[in-house]
Amino acid sequence: MNILNASGCLDALAAPGVVAALDGFVTKTVTPDARVGNQPARIAETSHGMLNAIGLANPGRDAFLRDYLPELRSFGKPLWVSVGGFSASEYAETCALLTDVTIEINLSCPNVDEAPESAAEIVAACRAATTLPLYAKLSPAAWDIAEVARAVEAAGADGLTLVNTLRGMALDRRLRPVLNRGTGGYSGPSLRPVALAAVYACRRATALPIVGMGGITTGREALEMIACGATAIALGTVLFADPDAPARVRHELDEALAEAGFGNADDAVGAAHETVAM
Amino acid sequence: MPLRERRRVTGIESVGPYTLVRVDRGNLDAGVPGQFFMVEAPGRVLPRPFSLCLAEAGELAFLIDAIGPGTTAIAEVSVGDSLHVFGPLGNGFRLDVERPVLVGGGIGIAPFPFTRSVLGAGTPVVLGFRNSHFAEAAALLPGAEVVIDPVLVTEALPAGRDILACGPEPMLEAIRRIDPAAQLAWEAPMACGYGACFGCVVEIDGTLKRLCLEGPVIGGAPAVFPAVPA
Repeated sequence: MNILNASGCLDALAAPGVVAALDGFVTKTVTPDARVGNQPARIAETSHGMLNAIGLANPGRDAFLRDYLPELRSFGKPLWVSVGGFSASEYAETCALLTDVTIEINLSCPNVDEAPESAAEIVAACRAATTLPLYAKLSPAAWDIAEVARAVEAAGADGLTLVNTLRGMALDRRLRPVLNRGTGGYSGPSLRPVALAAVYACRRATALPIVGMGGITTGREALEMIACGATAIALGTVLFADPDAPARVRHELDEALAEAGFGNADDAVGAAHETVAM
Repeated sequence: MPLRERRRVTGIESVGPYTLVRVDRGNLDAGVPGQFFMVEAPGRVLPRPFSLCLAEAGELAFLIDAIGPGTTAIAEVSVGDSLHVFGPLGNGFRLDVERPVLVGGGIGIAPFPFTRSVLGAGTPVVLGFRNSHFAEAAALLPGAEVVIDPVLVTEALPAGRDILACGPEPMLEAIRRIDPAAQLAWEAPMACGYGACFGCVVEIDGTLKRLCLEGPVIGGAPAVFPAVPA
C-alpha cells in the first residue's frame, strides 16, 4: 500500500528525510506563473483541525522545471506533480511539458479563484495534452462527488485523489477572521469522515484507483480509508505535527490489518462495501 | 540535528505570569541559543514553537505564556506526563560577537537564560515588562537591568554593544531603527517548524519567506513583518 504526502504538505528539499519514508512525493501545486501566495496570517488551528490559505505559492512552471524538478528526481522516488491553473488551457500547457511523472490535477484549491471550466473539461484538455497518468484531485464540497468522479473518468482521468480541503473560517478574540484571506482550506482529523464518505461514494461510482486522504493520523484510520476504497493513501496535516508519521502509520497499518484479519492491504480495499447492500 | 522524541516532564514552575516546563533531554540536542523546538500541545492538532529557555544537564526547559488553547494545554501538564519535542530547528543567534548585550521584552526573555549560559554569566542583559508582575520573570536572569512600561528597553540600551534581542514586534522594530545590525528573534504562527506548511512566511528582502527556515533570528536584514494575530 503506497503512502504519499498530500500536495502542499511537505517540501522535499527542506525535509528529505521525510520523503525517504514515503513511497512517492507529491509536489506543491505548480501554476504557469510564479505565485507569492497569500499574505499572512496563512494558518490557524481550530479545535479539531486547521485552516490554511497559502494560496498556491510556487515558483511557476518554468522555474519548477528548470530549478526544482531535477533535484526532486534525485530522490529516486516516484514523483507526482500537482498541476494548477486558472483555465483549462493553462492546466493543459503544463501537462504537455511534463515527462516521467504522475500528474495530479488540482481541481479544488479553495484558496484561489477557480478556472471557469468544469472539472471534466479541464481533465479532457489535460488528457489531450499528455499520455502521462492523470489523477483528478476533487473537492469534497461537491454535493454529489460521485457524479464528478464519473465525469472526470469519462474525460480520461486515470485515477482520483480524494479529498482536498473544505473551505472554512476561524475568528480571533476580536471576532475578525484569523486568516488574512478570510477563509482557508480546512483539514485534519475532522475532515476524515467527509473524506471516507467521498472515497466510499467514488469507489461505487467508478473503477478508478483512488488516493485517499483527509485527516489520517494513525494506521487504523488509514485502514478505514482503504476499506472505503482507497488504493493508496496520503498524509497531510499529520506531517506538520509529526514528521515521522509515514513510518509510524505504515507500521500501525500493518498491525491494524493483522488485527482485522487481512493478509495485506490490497485485500482490504473496499472491504467496507461488502457489508452494505448495493 | 533535529530529532523528535517523546520526553518526560520533569518540572513545572511558575515564573511570574509564565510557566517553565522542564523535560528530560533524551537524545535531543540543545542546539544554538535562539533556535526553537516544536512542543506537543496535548489534545491539540498542532504543536507549538518555543525557543529553548534553559539547557541544564540532561534537561531542556521551555518558558510558556499561556495565552491560547495550545500554550494553556502545555502549561497545564504535570510532572511525569510526556510530550513530543522536535528540534532544534531554525537559525539561532550568532554568538561570535565581541560585546554582546541581551535585550528581552515580555515572553521574549525566553531564549536568554540559555544564551547567557553559553556567552558567560557576565553578559549584560536588559529586560522590559509591562508591569511588576510580569517583571518577576526577570528572576531567570539574575543581575539584569529591568525596565517597566512606560520605560522602554530602548531607553536602557548600553552604547557600543552587539544587540541580541527577542520580544514584541514594536520593540524589535525600534531596536532595528537604532541598530540595523542587531540580531532579532521574531515569531510567526507555525504549523510544522520544518518548512513543510508555508504558514510562517514573513517578508524578507521584499519576498515572503518561511521564518522557520530563514529565522527565527534574522540579523541585519531589511524585513517588514506582518502582525502576529492575537
